[in-house]
Amino acid sequence: MNLTREEQSMLAGEQGRAAQTAMRILAALGKIYGARRMLSVRSVQISGVSYDNLDEAGLEWLAEMAAGGGRARVPATLNPAGMDLENWRELGIPENFAEKQQLVIDAFTRMGVTPTCTCTPYLAGNEPSLGDTIAWAESSAVCYANSVIGARTNREGGPGALAAALTGRTPEYGLHLAENRRPGVAVEVSARLEDTADFGALGKVIGERLEARGAKALPWITGADHPTLEQLKSLCASAATFGGLAMFHLAGVTPEADRFPAPAERFVVSEDDLRAARASLTDAEAGEADFFSLGCPHLTLAEVARVAELVSGKRVAKEFWITTSRPVKHEADRLGYTEVIRQSGVKFAVDTCCVVAPIRGRFRAMATDSAKACYYASSKNKFRTRLLNFQAVVEEAVQS
Amino acid sequence: VNKATSAATERISGRTIHPGSAEGVALVSRMGISFFGGVDPETGIVVEKGHDLEGTSVAGRMLVFPTGKGSTVGSYTLYRMKKAGTAPAAVLNAECEPITAVGCILAGIPCLDRLPVDRFSSGERLRVDGAQGFVERLPAVAPSPAHTISESGGRRIRKKKRTE
Repeated sequence: MNLTREEQSMLAGEQGRAAQTAMRILAALGKIYGARRMLSVRSVQISGVSYDNLDEAGLEWLAEMAAGGGRARVPATLNPAGMDLENWRELGIPENFAEKQQLVIDAFTRMGVTPTCTCTPYLAGNEPSLGDTIAWAESSAVCYANSVIGARTNREGGPGALAAALTGRTPEYGLHLAENRRPGVAVEVSARLEDTADFGALGKVIGERLEARGAKALPWITGADHPTLEQLKSLCASAATFGGLAMFHLAGVTPEADRFPAPAERFVVSEDDLRAARASLTDAEAGEADFFSLGCPHLTLAEVARVAELVSGKRVAKEFWITTSRPVKHEADRLGYTEVIRQSGVKFAVDTCCVVAPIRGRFRAMATDSAKACYYASSKNKFRTRLLNFQAVVEEAVQS
Repeated sequence: VNKATSAATERISGRTIHPGSAEGVALVSRMGISFFGGVDPETGIVVEKGHDLEGTSVAGRMLVFPTGKGSTVGSYTLYRMKKAGTAPAAVLNAECEPITAVGCILAGIPCLDRLPVDRFSSGERLRVDGAQGFVERLPAVAPSPAHTISESGGRRIRKKKRTE
Protein backbone atom coordinates (compact mmCIF):
# COMPACT_ATOMS: atom_id res chain seq x y z
CA MET A 1 0.00 0.00 0.00
CA ASN A 2 1.31 3.45 -0.91
CA LEU A 3 1.32 5.81 2.04
CA THR A 4 2.01 9.53 1.83
CA ARG A 5 4.74 11.07 3.95
CA GLU A 6 2.05 12.36 6.36
CA GLU A 7 0.51 8.89 6.67
CA GLN A 8 3.91 7.29 7.20
CA SER A 9 4.67 9.83 9.89
CA MET A 10 1.48 8.86 11.73
CA LEU A 11 2.32 5.18 11.35
CA ALA A 12 5.80 5.76 12.75
CA GLY A 13 4.33 7.33 15.87
CA GLU A 14 5.62 10.84 15.17
CA GLN A 15 2.15 12.28 15.72
CA GLY A 16 1.34 10.56 18.96
CA ARG A 17 0.36 7.12 20.16
CA ALA A 18 -3.32 7.44 19.28
CA ALA A 19 -2.65 8.56 15.70
CA GLN A 20 -0.21 5.66 15.38
CA THR A 21 -2.74 3.07 16.56
CA ALA A 22 -5.34 4.65 14.28
CA MET A 23 -3.07 4.50 11.24
CA ARG A 24 -2.11 0.90 12.09
CA ILE A 25 -5.80 -0.04 12.08
CA LEU A 26 -6.35 1.65 8.71
CA ALA A 27 -3.21 0.15 7.20
CA ALA A 28 -4.28 -3.33 8.33
CA LEU A 29 -7.77 -2.86 6.90
CA GLY A 30 -6.24 -1.58 3.68
CA LYS A 31 -3.98 -4.63 3.54
CA ILE A 32 -6.84 -7.06 4.14
CA TYR A 33 -9.04 -5.49 1.45
CA GLY A 34 -6.26 -4.85 -1.04
CA ALA A 35 -6.39 -1.03 -0.95
CA ARG A 36 -3.66 0.74 -2.91
CA ARG A 37 -3.79 4.01 -0.97
CA MET A 38 -5.60 6.06 1.65
CA LEU A 39 -8.30 8.61 0.83
CA SER A 40 -9.00 11.82 2.72
CA VAL A 41 -12.42 11.78 4.36
CA ARG A 42 -14.79 14.70 4.87
CA SER A 43 -16.85 13.29 7.70
CA VAL A 44 -16.98 10.41 10.14
CA GLN A 45 -19.78 8.68 12.05
CA ILE A 46 -18.58 6.51 14.93
CA SER A 47 -20.38 3.44 16.29
CA GLY A 48 -19.66 1.58 19.50
CA VAL A 49 -20.92 4.30 21.84
CA SER A 50 -23.40 2.55 24.11
CA TYR A 51 -21.71 1.16 27.22
CA ASP A 52 -24.12 -1.76 26.87
CA ASN A 53 -22.14 -2.80 23.76
CA LEU A 54 -18.69 -1.44 24.60
CA ASP A 55 -18.37 -2.80 28.10
CA GLU A 56 -15.30 -2.08 30.24
CA ALA A 57 -12.83 -3.10 27.54
CA GLY A 58 -14.22 -0.67 25.00
CA LEU A 59 -14.31 2.16 27.52
CA GLU A 60 -10.71 1.47 28.55
CA TRP A 61 -9.54 1.53 24.96
CA LEU A 62 -11.32 4.81 24.21
CA ALA A 63 -9.86 6.38 27.35
CA GLU A 64 -6.41 5.17 26.29
CA MET A 65 -6.84 6.70 22.82
CA ALA A 66 -7.89 10.01 24.41
CA ALA A 67 -4.92 9.87 26.80
CA GLY A 68 -2.66 9.07 23.84
CA GLY A 69 -3.39 12.44 22.29
CA GLY A 70 -6.16 11.34 19.91
CA ARG A 71 -7.74 14.32 18.19
CA ALA A 72 -10.39 14.26 15.45
CA ARG A 73 -9.11 15.88 12.25
CA VAL A 74 -12.48 15.96 10.48
CA PRO A 75 -16.07 16.48 11.69
CA ALA A 76 -17.20 13.36 13.52
CA THR A 77 -20.45 12.46 15.27
CA LEU A 78 -21.53 9.54 17.42
CA ASN A 79 -24.04 6.73 17.26
CA PRO A 80 -26.77 6.56 19.90
CA ALA A 81 -25.56 6.11 23.47
CA GLY A 82 -27.12 3.69 25.94
CA MET A 83 -29.22 6.40 27.54
CA ASP A 84 -30.65 9.90 27.27
CA LEU A 85 -27.59 11.86 28.42
CA GLU A 86 -29.75 14.38 30.27
CA ASN A 87 -32.89 12.56 31.25
CA TRP A 88 -31.67 9.01 31.98
CA ARG A 89 -33.22 8.77 35.45
CA GLU A 90 -36.77 9.13 34.20
CA LEU A 91 -36.13 6.30 31.74
CA GLY A 92 -35.06 3.98 34.54
CA ILE A 93 -31.38 3.71 33.58
CA PRO A 94 -29.28 2.43 36.54
CA GLU A 95 -26.91 4.94 38.15
CA ASN A 96 -23.76 2.82 37.63
CA PHE A 97 -24.56 2.40 33.94
CA ALA A 98 -25.08 6.16 33.59
CA GLU A 99 -21.66 6.82 35.16
CA LYS A 100 -19.89 4.49 32.74
CA GLN A 101 -21.84 5.85 29.77
CA GLN A 102 -20.82 9.38 30.66
CA LEU A 103 -17.14 8.30 30.79
CA VAL A 104 -17.50 6.96 27.23
CA ILE A 105 -18.94 10.28 26.05
CA ASP A 106 -16.21 12.18 27.92
CA ALA A 107 -13.48 10.17 26.16
CA PHE A 108 -14.96 10.95 22.75
CA THR A 109 -15.41 14.62 23.67
CA ARG A 110 -11.76 14.85 24.76
CA MET A 111 -10.82 13.62 21.30
CA GLY A 112 -12.79 16.44 19.68
CA VAL A 113 -15.66 14.27 18.49
CA THR A 114 -19.03 16.07 18.48
CA PRO A 115 -21.15 14.30 21.13
CA THR A 116 -24.32 14.36 19.04
CA CYS A 117 -25.49 10.79 19.56
CA THR A 118 -27.73 9.72 16.71
CA CYS A 119 -28.19 7.12 13.99
CA THR A 120 -29.37 9.92 11.66
CA PRO A 121 -26.31 12.20 11.56
CA TYR A 122 -27.50 13.32 8.13
CA LEU A 123 -30.34 15.14 9.93
CA ALA A 124 -28.22 16.47 12.76
CA GLY A 125 -25.34 18.49 11.39
CA ASN A 126 -23.20 15.77 9.79
CA GLU A 127 -24.45 16.18 6.23
CA PRO A 128 -22.24 14.98 3.38
CA SER A 129 -22.84 15.72 -0.30
CA LEU A 130 -22.99 13.67 -3.48
CA GLY A 131 -19.59 12.11 -4.19
CA ASP A 132 -18.03 12.93 -0.81
CA THR A 133 -15.61 10.39 0.63
CA ILE A 134 -16.68 9.63 4.20
CA ALA A 135 -16.07 6.89 6.78
CA TRP A 136 -19.26 5.99 8.58
CA ALA A 137 -20.26 3.28 10.93
CA GLU A 138 -23.94 2.70 11.87
CA SER A 139 -25.32 0.42 9.22
CA SER A 140 -28.55 2.33 8.53
CA ALA A 141 -26.71 5.64 8.11
CA VAL A 142 -24.11 3.97 5.87
CA CYS A 143 -26.90 2.70 3.62
CA TYR A 144 -28.57 6.13 3.64
CA ALA A 145 -25.33 8.00 2.87
CA ASN A 146 -24.39 5.72 -0.04
CA SER A 147 -27.86 5.26 -1.48
CA VAL A 148 -29.84 8.43 -0.84
CA ILE A 149 -27.05 11.01 -0.63
CA GLY A 150 -24.51 9.40 -2.95
CA ALA A 151 -21.60 9.92 -0.56
CA ARG A 152 -19.10 7.06 -0.47
CA THR A 153 -18.44 4.89 2.55
CA ASN A 154 -17.87 1.29 3.50
CA ARG A 155 -19.54 -0.19 6.56
CA GLU A 156 -17.01 0.77 9.19
CA GLY A 157 -16.73 -0.82 12.61
CA GLY A 158 -16.27 1.32 15.73
CA PRO A 159 -12.44 1.33 15.86
CA GLY A 160 -12.10 1.78 12.09
CA ALA A 161 -14.40 4.80 12.16
CA LEU A 162 -12.58 6.35 15.13
CA ALA A 163 -9.28 5.71 13.34
CA ALA A 164 -10.63 7.59 10.32
CA ALA A 165 -11.61 10.52 12.55
CA LEU A 166 -8.19 10.68 14.22
CA THR A 167 -6.27 10.54 10.93
CA GLY A 168 -8.71 12.02 8.42
CA ARG A 169 -8.10 8.96 6.23
CA THR A 170 -9.71 5.72 5.13
CA PRO A 171 -8.32 2.95 2.90
CA GLU A 172 -9.56 2.98 -0.69
CA TYR A 173 -11.56 -0.20 -1.32
CA GLY A 174 -15.15 -1.41 -1.62
CA LEU A 175 -17.75 1.31 -2.13
CA HIS A 176 -15.09 4.01 -2.46
CA LEU A 177 -14.44 2.59 -5.93
CA ALA A 178 -16.97 3.48 -8.64
CA GLU A 179 -17.05 -0.02 -10.14
CA ASN A 180 -18.24 -1.50 -6.84
CA ARG A 181 -21.30 0.78 -6.81
CA ARG A 182 -22.73 -0.90 -9.90
CA PRO A 183 -26.05 -2.70 -9.31
CA GLY A 184 -26.21 -6.45 -9.91
CA VAL A 185 -29.87 -7.39 -9.39
CA ALA A 186 -33.08 -5.63 -10.46
CA VAL A 187 -35.81 -5.68 -7.83
CA GLU A 188 -39.35 -4.99 -9.03
CA VAL A 189 -41.68 -4.02 -6.21
CA SER A 190 -45.27 -4.77 -7.11
CA ALA A 191 -46.45 -4.54 -3.50
CA ARG A 192 -48.14 -1.33 -2.41
CA LEU A 193 -45.92 0.68 -0.08
CA GLU A 194 -47.62 3.13 2.24
CA ASP A 195 -46.19 3.20 5.73
CA THR A 196 -42.67 3.29 7.16
CA ALA A 197 -43.46 -0.26 8.36
CA ASP A 198 -43.98 -1.33 4.71
CA PHE A 199 -40.59 0.04 3.75
CA GLY A 200 -39.03 -1.80 6.68
CA ALA A 201 -40.68 -5.02 5.54
CA LEU A 202 -39.44 -4.34 1.98
CA GLY A 203 -35.88 -3.97 3.30
CA LYS A 204 -36.22 -7.33 5.02
CA VAL A 205 -37.43 -9.08 1.86
CA ILE A 206 -34.70 -7.56 -0.32
CA GLY A 207 -31.97 -8.05 2.29
CA GLU A 208 -32.81 -11.69 2.86
CA ARG A 209 -33.13 -12.49 -0.85
CA LEU A 210 -29.73 -11.00 -1.53
CA GLU A 211 -28.21 -12.83 1.45
CA ALA A 212 -29.61 -16.10 0.11
CA ARG A 213 -28.21 -15.33 -3.34
CA GLY A 214 -24.69 -15.75 -1.97
CA ALA A 215 -22.47 -13.50 -4.08
CA LYS A 216 -22.91 -9.90 -3.01
CA ALA A 217 -24.85 -7.69 -5.40
CA LEU A 218 -26.37 -4.24 -5.05
CA PRO A 219 -30.09 -4.01 -5.82
CA TRP A 220 -31.58 -1.64 -8.40
CA ILE A 221 -35.13 -1.16 -7.18
CA THR A 222 -38.17 -0.04 -9.15
CA GLY A 223 -41.76 0.43 -8.01
CA ALA A 224 -41.14 2.59 -4.96
CA ASP A 225 -41.90 6.02 -6.36
CA HIS A 226 -41.66 9.27 -4.43
CA PRO A 227 -40.79 7.84 -1.04
CA THR A 228 -40.50 10.23 1.89
CA LEU A 229 -37.24 10.71 3.75
CA GLU A 230 -38.79 8.78 6.64
CA GLN A 231 -39.66 5.85 4.38
CA LEU A 232 -36.16 5.83 2.91
CA LYS A 233 -34.49 5.76 6.31
CA SER A 234 -36.75 2.86 7.31
CA LEU A 235 -35.78 0.97 4.14
CA CYS A 236 -32.08 1.66 4.75
CA ALA A 237 -32.21 0.45 8.34
CA SER A 238 -33.97 -2.75 7.45
CA ALA A 239 -31.95 -3.62 4.33
CA ALA A 240 -28.77 -3.16 6.37
CA THR A 241 -30.07 -5.23 9.28
CA PHE A 242 -31.42 -8.18 7.33
CA GLY A 243 -29.05 -8.21 4.38
CA GLY A 244 -25.94 -6.36 5.50
CA LEU A 245 -26.67 -4.03 2.61
CA ALA A 246 -24.49 -0.91 2.41
CA MET A 247 -26.16 0.51 -0.68
CA PHE A 248 -29.11 0.26 -3.05
CA HIS A 249 -30.27 2.15 -6.10
CA LEU A 250 -33.87 3.30 -6.33
CA ALA A 251 -34.76 4.11 -9.94
CA GLY A 252 -35.92 7.69 -10.36
CA VAL A 253 -35.08 8.53 -6.76
CA THR A 254 -31.48 7.98 -5.68
CA PRO A 255 -28.75 10.03 -7.38
CA GLU A 256 -26.62 7.25 -8.88
CA ALA A 257 -29.45 5.00 -10.12
CA ASP A 258 -29.51 6.59 -13.59
CA ARG A 259 -25.81 6.00 -14.12
CA PHE A 260 -26.44 2.30 -14.73
CA PRO A 261 -28.71 0.24 -16.97
CA ALA A 262 -31.16 -2.13 -15.29
CA PRO A 263 -29.37 -5.39 -14.40
CA ALA A 264 -30.52 -8.48 -16.29
CA GLU A 265 -31.00 -10.64 -13.20
CA ARG A 266 -34.27 -9.74 -11.46
CA PHE A 267 -36.79 -10.69 -8.82
CA VAL A 268 -40.20 -9.38 -7.81
CA VAL A 269 -41.40 -8.34 -4.35
CA SER A 270 -45.13 -9.01 -4.26
CA GLU A 271 -47.90 -8.03 -1.88
CA ASP A 272 -47.67 -11.54 -0.39
CA ASP A 273 -43.92 -11.20 0.17
CA LEU A 274 -44.47 -7.97 2.04
CA ARG A 275 -47.31 -9.40 4.13
CA ALA A 276 -45.19 -12.43 5.03
CA ALA A 277 -42.28 -10.20 6.07
CA ARG A 278 -44.56 -8.11 8.27
CA ALA A 279 -46.06 -11.24 9.81
CA SER A 280 -42.59 -12.67 10.50
CA LEU A 281 -41.82 -9.65 12.66
CA THR A 282 -45.00 -9.94 14.70
CA ASP A 283 -45.24 -12.70 17.29
CA ALA A 284 -47.07 -10.73 20.01
CA GLU A 285 -50.86 -10.42 20.10
CA ALA A 286 -52.79 -7.15 20.15
CA GLY A 287 -52.90 -5.96 23.74
CA GLU A 288 -49.78 -7.92 24.70
CA ALA A 289 -47.27 -5.09 24.20
CA ASP A 290 -46.02 -3.50 27.40
CA PHE A 291 -43.48 -1.31 25.60
CA PHE A 292 -44.11 1.03 22.67
CA SER A 293 -41.34 2.59 20.65
CA LEU A 294 -41.04 4.91 17.67
CA GLY A 295 -37.74 6.25 16.37
CA CYS A 296 -35.60 3.50 14.86
CA PRO A 297 -33.89 5.17 13.06
CA HIS A 298 -34.28 8.41 15.03
CA LEU A 299 -37.46 10.40 14.38
CA THR A 300 -37.37 13.39 12.09
CA LEU A 301 -38.98 16.63 13.23
CA ALA A 302 -41.95 15.83 10.97
CA GLU A 303 -42.43 12.49 12.74
CA VAL A 304 -42.25 14.14 16.17
CA ALA A 305 -44.92 16.58 14.99
CA ARG A 306 -47.04 13.63 13.85
CA VAL A 307 -46.74 11.95 17.26
CA ALA A 308 -47.80 15.23 18.94
CA GLU A 309 -50.82 15.41 16.66
CA LEU A 310 -51.82 11.79 17.35
CA VAL A 311 -51.47 11.92 21.15
CA SER A 312 -52.83 15.42 21.67
CA GLY A 313 -55.37 15.32 24.52
CA LYS A 314 -54.91 11.56 25.06
CA ARG A 315 -53.06 9.38 27.56
CA VAL A 316 -50.95 6.27 26.99
CA ALA A 317 -51.16 3.56 29.62
CA LYS A 318 -47.90 1.73 28.91
CA GLU A 319 -44.22 2.70 28.71
CA PHE A 320 -43.81 4.54 25.41
CA TRP A 321 -40.47 5.93 24.18
CA ILE A 322 -39.86 8.11 21.18
CA THR A 323 -36.19 8.22 20.28
CA THR A 324 -34.58 11.06 18.40
CA SER A 325 -31.50 13.24 18.16
CA ARG A 326 -30.78 16.20 20.45
CA PRO A 327 -31.12 18.82 17.64
CA VAL A 328 -34.59 17.50 16.69
CA LYS A 329 -35.60 17.51 20.38
CA HIS A 330 -34.52 21.15 20.70
CA GLU A 331 -36.72 22.08 17.76
CA ALA A 332 -39.59 20.08 19.22
CA ASP A 333 -39.18 22.01 22.48
CA ARG A 334 -39.25 25.32 20.67
CA LEU A 335 -42.29 24.42 18.57
CA GLY A 336 -44.34 23.15 21.52
CA TYR A 337 -44.48 19.47 20.47
CA THR A 338 -42.55 18.34 23.53
CA GLU A 339 -45.11 19.67 25.96
CA VAL A 340 -48.05 18.07 24.12
CA ILE A 341 -46.22 14.73 23.99
CA ARG A 342 -45.19 14.88 27.67
CA GLN A 343 -48.79 15.39 28.76
CA SER A 344 -49.80 12.19 27.00
CA GLY A 345 -47.32 10.14 29.02
CA VAL A 346 -45.08 9.41 26.01
CA LYS A 347 -41.42 9.85 26.97
CA PHE A 348 -38.63 11.34 24.93
CA ALA A 349 -35.55 9.12 24.92
CA VAL A 350 -33.03 11.44 23.27
CA ASP A 351 -29.41 10.45 22.32
CA THR A 352 -30.33 6.77 22.61
CA CYS A 353 -32.57 4.09 21.11
CA CYS A 354 -34.29 0.87 22.07
CA VAL A 355 -31.60 -1.18 20.29
CA VAL A 356 -28.66 0.03 22.40
CA ALA A 357 -30.28 1.00 25.74
CA PRO A 358 -29.89 -1.57 28.56
CA ILE A 359 -33.54 -2.65 28.66
CA ARG A 360 -33.25 -6.43 28.52
CA GLY A 361 -35.61 -8.02 31.01
CA ARG A 362 -37.65 -4.87 31.55
CA PHE A 363 -40.41 -5.63 29.05
CA ARG A 364 -42.10 -8.66 27.50
CA ALA A 365 -43.39 -7.36 24.20
CA MET A 366 -42.66 -4.28 22.10
CA ALA A 367 -44.80 -2.56 19.46
CA THR A 368 -43.03 -0.42 16.85
CA ASP A 369 -43.15 0.63 13.19
CA SER A 370 -39.50 -0.39 12.72
CA ALA A 371 -38.47 -3.75 11.24
CA LYS A 372 -34.91 -3.19 12.50
CA ALA A 373 -36.14 -2.52 16.04
CA CYS A 374 -38.16 -5.75 15.91
CA TYR A 375 -35.06 -7.71 14.93
CA TYR A 376 -32.95 -6.43 17.83
CA ALA A 377 -35.80 -6.48 20.35
CA SER A 378 -36.16 -10.15 19.60
CA SER A 379 -32.50 -11.19 19.26
CA LYS A 380 -30.82 -8.95 21.84
CA ASN A 381 -33.55 -8.25 24.37
CA LYS A 382 -35.70 -11.39 23.98
CA PHE A 383 -38.91 -9.35 23.63
CA ARG A 384 -41.86 -10.49 21.57
CA THR A 385 -42.64 -7.95 18.86
CA ARG A 386 -45.48 -6.29 16.95
CA LEU A 387 -44.69 -4.50 13.70
CA LEU A 388 -47.45 -1.92 13.19
CA ASN A 389 -47.97 1.14 11.04
CA PHE A 390 -46.71 4.36 12.61
CA GLN A 391 -50.17 5.63 13.51
CA ALA A 392 -51.30 2.22 14.75
CA VAL A 393 -48.46 2.12 17.29
CA VAL A 394 -49.82 5.28 18.91
CA GLU A 395 -53.44 4.14 18.65
CA GLU A 396 -52.71 0.81 20.30
CA ALA A 397 -50.78 2.53 23.10
CA VAL A 398 -53.66 4.92 23.70
CA GLN A 399 -56.25 2.13 23.77
CA SER A 400 -54.28 -0.07 26.12
CA VAL B 1 17.84 -19.70 19.80
CA ASN B 2 21.32 -21.23 19.53
CA LYS B 3 22.90 -22.56 16.39
CA ALA B 4 22.11 -26.18 17.15
CA THR B 5 18.38 -25.60 17.40
CA SER B 6 18.12 -23.07 14.58
CA ALA B 7 19.45 -25.75 12.26
CA ALA B 8 16.37 -27.85 13.11
CA THR B 9 13.84 -25.03 12.63
CA GLU B 10 11.56 -24.53 9.68
CA ARG B 11 10.40 -21.10 8.56
CA ILE B 12 6.92 -20.54 7.14
CA SER B 13 6.28 -17.15 5.57
CA GLY B 14 3.07 -15.20 5.97
CA ARG B 15 1.77 -11.65 5.79
CA THR B 16 2.15 -9.35 8.78
CA ILE B 17 -1.11 -7.85 10.02
CA HIS B 18 0.42 -6.59 13.28
CA PRO B 19 4.14 -6.81 14.04
CA GLY B 20 5.76 -8.07 17.20
CA SER B 21 7.46 -11.25 18.29
CA ALA B 22 6.26 -14.14 20.41
CA GLU B 23 7.17 -17.71 21.18
CA GLY B 24 5.05 -20.46 22.67
CA VAL B 25 3.00 -23.59 22.29
CA ALA B 26 0.57 -23.78 19.37
CA LEU B 27 -3.14 -24.23 19.85
CA VAL B 28 -4.77 -25.08 16.54
CA SER B 29 -8.44 -24.83 15.59
CA ARG B 30 -9.91 -25.86 12.27
CA MET B 31 -12.90 -23.56 12.93
CA GLY B 32 -13.53 -19.81 12.90
CA ILE B 33 -13.30 -18.04 16.25
CA SER B 34 -15.69 -15.39 17.53
CA PHE B 35 -13.98 -13.61 20.40
CA PHE B 36 -17.18 -11.82 21.43
CA GLY B 37 -19.42 -14.45 22.96
CA GLY B 38 -17.21 -17.32 21.84
CA VAL B 39 -14.39 -16.82 24.34
CA ASP B 40 -14.66 -15.94 28.04
CA PRO B 41 -12.35 -12.92 28.40
CA GLU B 42 -11.84 -13.51 32.14
CA THR B 43 -10.37 -16.99 31.66
CA GLY B 44 -9.45 -17.15 27.99
CA ILE B 45 -11.46 -20.35 27.67
CA VAL B 46 -13.38 -21.01 24.45
CA VAL B 47 -17.05 -21.33 25.44
CA GLU B 48 -18.76 -21.63 22.05
CA LYS B 49 -20.85 -24.81 22.01
CA GLY B 50 -19.59 -27.40 19.59
CA HIS B 51 -16.34 -25.55 18.86
CA ASP B 52 -13.30 -27.76 18.46
CA LEU B 53 -11.54 -25.73 21.18
CA GLU B 54 -14.53 -25.65 23.55
CA GLY B 55 -13.25 -25.82 27.12
CA THR B 56 -9.64 -25.01 26.14
CA SER B 57 -7.85 -21.81 27.16
CA VAL B 58 -6.21 -19.71 24.45
CA ALA B 59 -4.22 -17.71 27.04
CA GLY B 60 -0.56 -17.40 26.15
CA ARG B 61 -0.90 -19.77 23.19
CA MET B 62 0.19 -19.33 19.60
CA LEU B 63 -3.40 -19.41 18.43
CA VAL B 64 -3.82 -20.84 14.93
CA PHE B 65 -7.24 -20.73 13.20
CA PRO B 66 -8.49 -20.15 9.65
CA THR B 67 -10.32 -16.84 10.17
CA GLY B 68 -12.36 -14.82 12.67
CA LYS B 69 -16.12 -14.45 12.71
CA GLY B 70 -18.97 -12.86 14.66
CA SER B 71 -19.63 -9.44 16.14
CA THR B 72 -17.28 -6.50 15.64
CA VAL B 73 -17.29 -6.09 19.43
CA GLY B 74 -14.83 -9.01 19.33
CA SER B 75 -12.02 -6.52 18.69
CA TYR B 76 -12.61 -5.05 22.13
CA THR B 77 -12.81 -8.52 23.64
CA LEU B 78 -9.24 -9.24 22.49
CA TYR B 79 -8.12 -5.96 24.06
CA ARG B 80 -9.85 -6.91 27.31
CA MET B 81 -8.22 -10.36 27.25
CA LYS B 82 -4.82 -8.70 26.91
CA LYS B 83 -5.53 -6.56 29.99
CA ALA B 84 -6.75 -9.62 31.90
CA GLY B 85 -3.70 -11.68 30.90
CA THR B 86 -5.81 -14.20 29.00
CA ALA B 87 -4.95 -13.16 25.43
CA PRO B 88 -3.17 -15.46 23.01
CA ALA B 89 0.57 -14.77 22.60
CA ALA B 90 0.10 -14.53 18.83
CA VAL B 91 -2.66 -14.98 16.27
CA LEU B 92 -1.95 -16.95 13.10
CA ASN B 93 -4.63 -17.09 10.40
CA ALA B 94 -5.21 -18.29 6.89
CA GLU B 95 -7.16 -15.10 6.07
CA CYS B 96 -7.39 -12.43 8.72
CA GLU B 97 -10.64 -10.42 8.79
CA PRO B 98 -11.15 -6.94 10.29
CA ILE B 99 -12.48 -7.99 13.71
CA THR B 100 -9.41 -10.05 14.59
CA ALA B 101 -7.00 -7.67 12.85
CA VAL B 102 -8.29 -4.61 14.72
CA GLY B 103 -8.40 -6.59 17.98
CA CYS B 104 -4.74 -7.59 17.61
CA ILE B 105 -3.75 -3.99 16.91
CA LEU B 106 -5.67 -2.65 19.94
CA ALA B 107 -4.20 -5.35 22.14
CA GLY B 108 -0.69 -5.37 20.67
CA ILE B 109 -0.82 -9.06 19.74
CA PRO B 110 1.48 -10.17 16.90
CA CYS B 111 -0.71 -11.31 14.02
CA LEU B 112 0.17 -12.96 10.72
CA ASP B 113 -2.07 -14.35 8.00
CA ARG B 114 -1.79 -16.04 4.59
CA LEU B 115 -0.36 -19.01 6.47
CA PRO B 116 -0.94 -22.70 5.65
CA VAL B 117 -2.79 -23.25 8.95
CA ASP B 118 -3.39 -26.94 8.15
CA ARG B 119 0.33 -27.54 8.56
CA PHE B 120 0.35 -26.58 12.23
CA SER B 121 -0.47 -28.89 15.12
CA SER B 122 -1.51 -28.19 18.67
CA GLY B 123 1.34 -28.69 21.09
CA GLU B 124 4.24 -27.84 18.80
CA ARG B 125 6.48 -24.91 19.69
CA LEU B 126 6.34 -21.90 17.40
CA ARG B 127 8.06 -18.57 17.22
CA VAL B 128 6.58 -15.69 15.26
CA ASP B 129 8.62 -12.80 13.92
CA GLY B 130 6.11 -10.15 12.92
CA ALA B 131 8.66 -7.71 11.59
CA GLN B 132 10.03 -10.28 9.13
CA GLY B 133 6.67 -11.94 8.55
CA PHE B 134 7.42 -15.56 9.30
CA VAL B 135 6.60 -18.33 11.74
CA GLU B 136 9.35 -20.63 12.91
CA ARG B 137 8.71 -24.21 13.97
CA LEU B 138 10.96 -24.92 16.95
CA PRO B 139 12.30 -28.27 18.11
CA ALA B 140 10.10 -29.99 20.65
CA VAL B 141 10.88 -29.52 24.33
CA ALA B 142 9.54 -31.41 27.32
CA PRO B 143 5.76 -30.85 27.52
CA SER B 144 4.78 -28.13 29.99
CA PRO B 145 1.97 -28.66 32.54
CA ALA B 146 -0.11 -26.03 30.71
CA HIS B 147 0.08 -28.25 27.68
CA THR B 148 -3.51 -29.49 27.72
CA ILE B 149 -5.30 -30.31 24.54
CA SER B 150 -8.98 -31.02 24.15
CA GLU B 151 -10.13 -34.46 23.04
CA SER B 152 -11.06 -33.32 19.57
CA GLY B 153 -7.83 -31.35 19.21
CA GLY B 154 -5.85 -34.44 20.17
CA ARG B 155 -7.58 -36.60 17.61
CA ARG B 156 -6.88 -34.08 14.92
CA ILE B 157 -3.20 -34.00 15.78
CA ARG B 158 -2.88 -37.76 15.42
CA LYS B 159 -4.71 -37.68 12.13
CA LYS B 160 -2.51 -34.86 10.97
CA LYS B 161 0.65 -36.75 11.81
CA ARG B 162 -0.46 -39.76 9.82
CA THR B 163 -0.99 -37.69 6.72
CA GLU B 164 2.29 -35.84 6.97
